[in-house]
Amino acid sequence: MYNFVFEKPTTVAEAVAALASEDAQALGGGQTLLPTMKQRLASPAKLVSLTGIAEMGGTSSTGDVITIGGGVTHADVAAGGYGAISKLAGDIGDPTVRNRGTIGGSLANNDPSADYPAAALASGATIKTNARSIAADDYFTGLFDTALEDAEIIVSVDFPVPLSSNYQKFEQPASRFALVGVFVAKFADGVRVAVTGASEGGVYRWTEAETALNANFSADALDGLSVSADNMISDLHGTPEYRANLVKVLTGRAVADC
Amino acid sequence: MSSVSMTVNGKSVTGEVEDRTLLSTFLREDLHLTGTHIGCDTSQCGACTVHVNGKAVKGCTMLALEAEGADVRTIEGMANDDGSLGVIQAAFQEHHGLQCGFCTPGMVMAADELLKNNSNPSETEIRKYLSGNICRCTGYHNIIKSIQAAAAQLG
Ligand SMILES: Cc1cc2nc3c(=O)[nH]c(=O)nc-3n(C[C@H](O)[C@H](O)[C@H](O)COP(=O)(O)OP(=O)(O)OC[C@H]3O[C@@H](n4cnc5c(N)ncnc54)[C@H](O)[C@@H]3O)c2cc1C
Ligand code: FES
Ligand code: FES
Repeated sequence: MYNFVFEKPTTVAEAVAALASEDAQALGGGQTLLPTMKQRLASPAKLVSLTGIAEMGGTSSTGDVITIGGGVTHADVAAGGYGAISKLAGDIGDPTVRNRGTIGGSLANNDPSADYPAAALASGATIKTNARSIAADDYFTGLFDTALEDAEIIVSVDFPVPLSSNYQKFEQPASRFALVGVFVAKFADGVRVAVTGASEGGVYRWTEAETALNANFSADALDGLSVSADNMISDLHGTPEYRANLVKVLTGRAVADC
Repeated sequence: MSSVSMTVNGKSVTGEVEDRTLLSTFLREDLHLTGTHIGCDTSQCGACTVHVNGKAVKGCTMLALEAEGADVRTIEGMANDDGSLGVIQAAFQEHHGLQCGFCTPGMVMAADELLKNNSNPSETEIRKYLSGNICRCTGYHNIIKSIQAAAAQLG
């Protein structure tokens, strides 16, 4: 890993100012960024740690909306008692990854096989940054790509609370990322289905399934649907056809367990 | 270079480090606590597991400067005061929970955190908890037995 200058501000405003310099990058839990830097795939001149910022910690719930601070670790979300989102957080990586990794870091990174993007998109979450609020539907713009500007920090994430929800993750056993993961959230005004791990374009909503489930919220409603293998990820862990099949199977399981 | 201070196994320590220094590097190369092992470059093996403020973390995936002011515990802090093996360590010895021993410091640190949160874990719970700790020798069975034995002894 190349050397850099480390800063640890205590407010969001200070962090934004520190990130203004060239080649500065935010450091959340470091569970993605530090391994990437060790491989010399990233070499920021300055790392601005977000772990000392009180405004980015803590979770709260109004009953209708759960707000999770951008710096909250996967372990703390797992222990929070927030239904499917806590279950999802508790199955990320391993205990040491969960003790450091944060929701802000995961959503900023937008790995095509990460878990949180599915929860955020299916829940219709709002990503709140130092500058603005971004609807999940506008936030995920492709593989490792988001609507975040340079030096923009995820301060918190609002998750509307659904009537019921469920996340099904088919784990890739070596990395423990999702080979495919499907998050189903049923709201009074409709069902949202988000799929991670499958598409080369990153997390997406399976709108045909949403339409079918709005008419009939049962796993049988998916029977007539087919998932195309076009643009599905292909790697040694699974073919595009295998992933396409998993999308349908896991959506059915998620609906059944909702 | 920056200066860093923390408590390691109950002792206050201070050092001058490059900003990029990993916690595991600081422990091994500055403090000469070489029980914390480095088994990979990809944050996947868990041989470097240590406790920071009571939580298990990968020492290779945290900057030393992020541990400023923290309470750090390593495998060297797991033995009893008289130098004899702690309960979990002794259980690994008794139940053949190690062969080459390379993964063992991480296994013991992970097991310690598990048993603090769950005093009577099932086999499935132990296996799931150790998902970030890789052993190339034992096939894991005896590691599970060792942790179950330690759990029974610690009550
Ligand atoms: C062994 C292992 C297994 C894993 N398994 C899984 C898994 O099963 N599922 C899964 O989803 N993930 C998994 N991960 C990734 C893990 O969840 C990371 O914690 C997460 O992807 C990044 O969060 P972080 O806080 O560690 O961010 P960092 O690594 O610190 O940063 C990642 C990126 O986000 C940026 N960033 C960080 N915080 C913010 C913020 N608040 N606002 C704006 N930008 C920010 C950084 O600049 C960087 O570009 C795994 C990681 C490891 C090492
Ligand atoms: S050395 Fe392998 S995870 Fe830290
Ligand atoms: S005992 Fe050799 S790696 Fe585990």
